[in-house]
Amino acid sequence: MSIISNDNKPVISKKIDRFFIGLASAFAFVKRFFQEVFKPPFEFKEIIRQCYEIGYRSLPLISLTGFIVGIVFTNQSRPSLSEFGATSWLPALISIAVVRAMGPLVTALIAAGKVGSGIGAEIASMKVTEQIDAMEVSAINPFKFLVVTRTVATTLMIPVLVMYTDFVALIGSFLSVNSKELVSLSTFFVQVFEAISFLDVFSSIIKSLVFGFTIGIVGCYKGYNSSKGTEGVGKAANASVVMAMFLIFIEELLSLQIVNAIRNA
Amino acid sequence: MHKDQREKVVKMRGLKKSFDENHVLMGVDLDLYKGENLVVLGKSGSGKSVLIKIMVGLLEQDEGSIEILGQNTSGLSLKELNKLRLKVGFSFQHSALYDSMTVKENLVFPLTRNVKGLTKKEIDKKVDELLEAVGLPQSANQMPSELSGGQKKRIGVARTLILNPEIMLYDEPTAGLDPITCVEINNLIVQVREQFNTSSIVITHDLTCAKTTGDRMAVLLDGQFKAVGPFEEVFTQASDQRIKSFYDYNFIK
Repeated sequence: MSIISNDNKPVISKKIDRFFIGLASAFAFVKRFFQEVFKPPFEFKEIIRQCYEIGYRSLPLISLTGFIVGIVFTNQSRPSLSEFGATSWLPALISIAVVRAMGPLVTALIAAGKVGSGIGAEIASMKVTEQIDAMEVSAINPFKFLVVTRTVATTLMIPVLVMYTDFVALIGSFLSVNSKELVSLSTFFVQVFEAISFLDVFSSIIKSLVFGFTIGIVGCYKGYNSSKGTEGVGKAANASVVMAMFLIFIEELLSLQIVNAIRNA
Repeated sequence: MHKDQREKVVKMRGLKKSFDENHVLMGVDLDLYKGENLVVLGKSGSGKSVLIKIMVGLLEQDEGSIEILGQNTSGLSLKELNKLRLKVGFSFQHSALYDSMTVKENLVFPLTRNVKGLTKKEIDKKVDELLEAVGLPQSANQMPSELSGGQKKRIGVARTLILNPEIMLYDEPTAGLDPITCVEINNLIVQVREQFNTSSIVITHDLTCAKTTGDRMAVLLDGQFKAVGPFEEVFTQASDQRIKSFYDYNFIK
């Protein structure tokens, strides 16, 4: 049964109808991604180019952010722990917080802003300037070349960036801890690795894959379905960031519930 | 009589297309003969571009049929449509060059994805030949942003020609160009037909372009072709006042 009635009158109300139509279109887009991703030809060259753009070019921003997060979180946690004379627990506390939540979340949010908006704007501008049409009339599959490559690249690169952010944040934390508590690097990292479990690392990687996929597919979806005109480019970039961030928080909440259930099982 | 004996490469019958309440095409019939340059004239928004976008499957008609090179386009699978698309070149109004690629990469991109087994030498030779043909042999390593509007159009045409199409579709080839560049592009369209043995449909509202490039004119008004024939015949014998005024506005009588 069609969502829209034949006489173009809304089934429920225009807004609600539009919401469900949008949802159906988003699911169809994701479904098409999974149909196309395993089908040859594989655009390896473009995937590598996108991995370079998304991964390597995000390093300076990610490094700075991760480092600052490590320092700030350590400095903010110290007073509370020192009240109980438990400042020696700082490395363990920071490592759990960084690996379980802050590393993936901070990296994903930064990437949603930098990479997601870039993907949304790029694809939308290609649509406006008829570059996507030009691919179609040349018998090239634009979905495969633009959407699949970018989404695969973000899905692969965000976990790598997350691990890098974790490392940089822990270095920042170590410098902060070392400046007050005079703990050596090896002692710090021994405490870090004692505190985190396999489940923490594994769940963090899985979560990062999901975040990466979300950033890529949302950016591509918003760009691919942008309205024509230059205004559509700005809207697509903006919507890519907002929607990706919103979904990342939802996914973070869900993953927390799942991991806690596994941990308590 | 003479025309009817020539091979038809495009045959449109009863083509209709609407966007909500806006009825753009209302039963269009048109034939394109082999080796012919046909110019479709009409005001902005009259549905000229819609017509050729339907031909290459970028839009779908509501009613009617199109036969291209003897193949009916309705009900084609994507694979069959793509096979047909290789025989129909489309030159876009704003060139639609890929921003992130150099001129050479723009030309190589459709070639390597559709023609397998080409050596690097063969690809380079083909690219050089086409850049020479459109008069821009030195531009291979330039980015689209470094090109002028006229140069972009030329590269757009070269990119289309790289797949050896039998039919060329030009969407507003002279729009937004200065008069000197317009003349160059008009000459290029004529040259392409001679050099590459193509049949073409040129969409324009520029009568100078139409007169220079076209063997026949087809004037699109109210969603239908109101006059079809050679330039002089269409404008001197026009019964519709709007066709006469179209001529008057273009040549400032």
